[in-house]
Amino acid sequence: MRFVDEFRDPEVINTVAEEIRWLTDPGRRYRFMEVCGGHTHAIYRFGLKDVLPENIELIHGPGCPVCVLPMGRIDDGLALGRQPEVIFAAFGDMMRVPGAHGSPLEHKARGMDVRIVYSPSDALKLARTNPDRHVMFFAIGFETTAPSTALTLMRAKAEGITNFSVFCNHVTIIPAIRAILDSPDMRLDAFIGPGHVSTVIGCRPYEWIARDEKRPIVVSGFEPLDMLQAIVMLLKQIKARTSIVENQYKRVVPWEGNRAALAAMAEVFELRPFFEWRGLGFISQSALRIKESYAQWDAERRFDVAGVRVTDPKAAQCGEVLKGVLKPVQCKLFGRECTPERPVGALMVSSEGSCAAYYNYEHRKTLGRQPATV
Amino acid sequence: MKFREPQIEMAHGAGGKATRRLIDGLIAPLLMRDAYDAHESLGDAATVDLDGAAVAITTDAFVVTPLKFPGGSIGDLAVNGTVNDLAVSGATPVAMVVSFVLEAGLPTSILEAEVRAMAQAAACAGIAIVGGDTKVVEHGKADQMYITTTGIGLRRPGLLLGPRQVQPGDKIIVSGPIGDHGITILLARGELDLEADLQSDTRSVFPLVEALIRAAGPGVRWMRDPTRGGVATTLNELALDSGFGIHLLEELIPVRAEVRGACELLGLDPLHIANEGQLLTVVAAEYAEMALAAMGERAALIGEVKSEPAGSVLVTTGYGGSRIVDMLVGDPLPRIC
Repeated sequence: MRFVDEFRDPEVINTVAEEIRWLTDPGRRYRFMEVCGGHTHAIYRFGLKDVLPENIELIHGPGCPVCVLPMGRIDDGLALGRQPEVIFAAFGDMMRVPGAHGSPLEHKARGMDVRIVYSPSDALKLARTNPDRHVMFFAIGFETTAPSTALTLMRAKAEGITNFSVFCNHVTIIPAIRAILDSPDMRLDAFIGPGHVSTVIGCRPYEWIARDEKRPIVVSGFEPLDMLQAIVMLLKQIKARTSIVENQYKRVVPWEGNRAALAAMAEVFELRPFFEWRGLGFISQSALRIKESYAQWDAERRFDVAGVRVTDPKAAQCGEVLKGVLKPVQCKLFGRECTPERPVGALMVSSEGSCAAYYNYEHRKTLGRQPATV
Repeated sequence: MKFREPQIEMAHGAGGKATRRLIDGLIAPLLMRDAYDAHESLGDAATVDLDGAAVAITTDAFVVTPLKFPGGSIGDLAVNGTVNDLAVSGATPVAMVVSFVLEAGLPTSILEAEVRAMAQAAACAGIAIVGGDTKVVEHGKADQMYITTTGIGLRRPGLLLGPRQVQPGDKIIVSGPIGDHGITILLARGELDLEADLQSDTRSVFPLVEALIRAAGPGVRWMRDPTRGGVATTLNELALDSGFGIHLLEELIPVRAEVRGACELLGLDPLHIANEGQLLTVVAAEYAEMALAAMGERAALIGEVKSEPAGSVLVTTGYGGSRIVDMLVGDPLPRIC
């Protein structure tokens, strides 16, 4: 399959893996954070840890939109969805995320009208075909999905569709990276930059990381060779004692980003003064809300939203895992109370969450490697 | 372990972990005390002794939206599904009874088309339909039509199949490309703006089973048709029931480009996608070549049974990266954001 197979070629991968071994200094450790949840998923799915030297440690970052959403927002959204005239529409990613009284799928089983959509414009289509109902789209995602929500709202306004609204949970990536770097218990050598987000925002917004924080950052694609090449580029920067922003994912990411997408976001959204992130707490100017000029389509303005705040279960250490302080398996609940089927925290729900990725792809591998008892 | 979940979710019908919990924790202990106490794992068909004849019996209910899809329809599935459960249990399908649940308002033309599809599938598979039942429910109380089929077959003498026959060193063979049926259905629902030249693989696997047993009978240890939950779920059950590790080499697993492409886009794993006409088997290493030749040119040897990691399925890539593949958890949900 074109655009896939050439990035998974075993021979080339082995050559690059050899180059990585050659570039690493066995006397030190390398701590790289992959910001994006898509990278976390790819690392486990492709078993990349098996081809990397042991002293390269990959730390999972905050870039999984499902994982960083606090439970209170899910409960608020579901409370709106319980109104009889409302159709609750969301991506498949959201469906198993637990709220205080169950996930959207569990609400569906109890009779709530929950629909899985593949894009915000599908939710708008639902509104057109169900004129006597109100369709509320539960929007999540970083700058990757925010433009499609913006375009959908622009279309709703242009067509005068009034039985549609968006419960906006869009967040932005840069403040999250800043929060990670400000965290005192965090020691990182470099960043693997998010690929999909960067197709929209471009590479310039990362310049401060290289310039002020002196951390190399390479924006990377999601195939095994993309990520290995990004690691080569980081190692070369570290060896040369430089820190710049580089773009490994040039076939998709333009340096300046996507102006049309950014313009749509600017038309519809503005920054919230602050927003709560699961595990990271409140971060100022880290999320988007719908502008006054689109108030009619803003579920938070249109309905009474309780603003529920739910503290995460005490024993769960989602925050520490999210910040990379703990490995998933070091959390007290991992694999016992908290599994992909019965998740306690969101990191175990999304396949981009580090706990679910670790549980699904890695966990029992290490058990298998334990020496057999005689 | 007792089933403690307060309500039934869609996941309990998806054929993965939740289904297994429901059956092992509630249904089997109450209805099948003897088998449950003996810790016998449930196969695709049960065996009853009728005056010395070992008779295999199985039943399956079919609910699918849409009723018709490229390559088949609910009628084909209803016949082939039960024929396949008998076939992979080592039985020769003999007879079948059918029960319909019909929604008031269903056009007769649709019902007739499905009944004709069943007649044709039964003729193809060589099984007689000998009886049945029909119920009609109010409009809105069912999704057009549901079909349940119950089949019996005669077990072949001398064939010992099951997870306990499987040994480390045995080879794993699949009869052809995986995931065609599940992806065809997903696309036929029309919710995704994706098109692919793809057909369901629904068919009777009985001819394949016969060819396999003729060629490699003494070496055949275990057979299944990997339907809901896909190859991964079926092999995880084998890993759990046998206590061994199942090792697959990713590049050897046959997957059509269309299925791979759809799975890449939607964040799904072809190993979790349903099949309706593939045979998955474990054979002793010395019979692997013969088995492979008998199962047709699309068949592929995809892996091996090892002692570790016990109870798990491990997939290795061509460059040496590896990952655990678990049973399907719930329905496969596309990943977007």
